[in-house]
Amino acid sequence: MTFRKYLVLVGVTVFAAAGDSLLSHGMKQTGSISVNHLQGVIFAVLNPWVAIGILLLLAFFATYMTALSWADLTYVLPATSLGYVLLALVARFVLHEHVSPLRWLGIALITGGVGFVAGGPELTKHPHTKSAEEKRAAVAATGVES
Amino acid sequence: MKSLYTWSAILAIVFASVVGDVLLARAMKQVGDVGALWRRSGLGTVIRRTLGNPYFLLGVTAMAVAFFSLLFALSWGDVSLVAPAAASLTFIGNAVAAKIFLHERVDRRRWIAAGLVAAGVALLAG
Repeated sequence: MTFRKYLVLVGVTVFAAAGDSLLSHGMKQTGSISVNHLQGVIFAVLNPWVAIGILLLLAFFATYMTALSWADLTYVLPATSLGYVLLALVARFVLHEHVSPLRWLGIALITGGVGFVAGGPELTKHPHTKSAEEKRAAVAATGVES
Repeated sequence: MKSLYTWSAILAIVFASVVGDVLLARAMKQVGDVGALWRRSGLGTVIRRTLGNPYFLLGVTAMAVAFFSLLFALSWGDVSLVAPAAASLTFIGNAVAAKIFLHERVDRRRWIAAGLVAAGVALLAG
C-alpha cells in the first residue's frame, strides 16, 4: 500500500459521507416522495443540496472504482467504513438529528470491524490465474491474445 | 408504517448494492490497476476501457437502482439510520457474495469484521 493508495481510500470515505449528508439535508427540504407521485424524484434533483450531493457521490464513485482496480471488494468496503462515524457526527452536529447512545455503540462496533480488516492484505493473490496486468504485458510482448 | 417503508427501501438498497458491487469489482479487476494504466496509456484509455466493460455497465445499472432506493429511504428515515444500516448490511452481503462470485479469500479476520458490523447494525436499528 502506497501513500497515494491510502489517499484514494480517504477520498472514498469522505466523498461518500459528505455526499450522503448533503442528499439527506436536501431530501428533508424536498419532503416525502410518494410512490404515486414519482415525478417528485425529478424535482428533488433540482434542489441545490441534492445536486451538490450527487456531484460528491460522483467523486466517490471515481475513487471507489480506482480502489477496486487494485484491492479486494471485501477490503475496500470495510477500510472505508470510518465514514459511518463521520456521518454520525454530521447527523448530530450539522443536521441536528438525535443520535441515541445505542446507535453510538453500534457505530463503535462497526468501526471495530474496520480495524480488523484494515490490518490484513488488500488483495487476494490467485496463484493459478494471471492478473490483468500480466496478461496485458504478455499480449504486448507477443502481440497474440491468449 | 413509515418504518416499514424505510426498511423496505433499505432492503432494496442492499440487494441492488451487492449485485452492483460484485459486478463493478469484477469489471475493475479486468481493467487492471487504474493508476498504472493512467501513467502508461493516459486517462482516455482508462475511461474507454472502463466504460467499454459490460460488467461495468451492468454494475452501474444496479447502482442506479440502489441510488434511487436510497433517495426514497432518506426522505422517510434519518440519515444516521438509513446510511449505516444499508451500507453495513451491504457489507455482510458483499462478504458472502465476494467469496462465492469473486473468489476473494474471506479469512477469519474479515468474518470477525462482518460479525462486528452485524452487531452494530442491530444496535443502530434498535
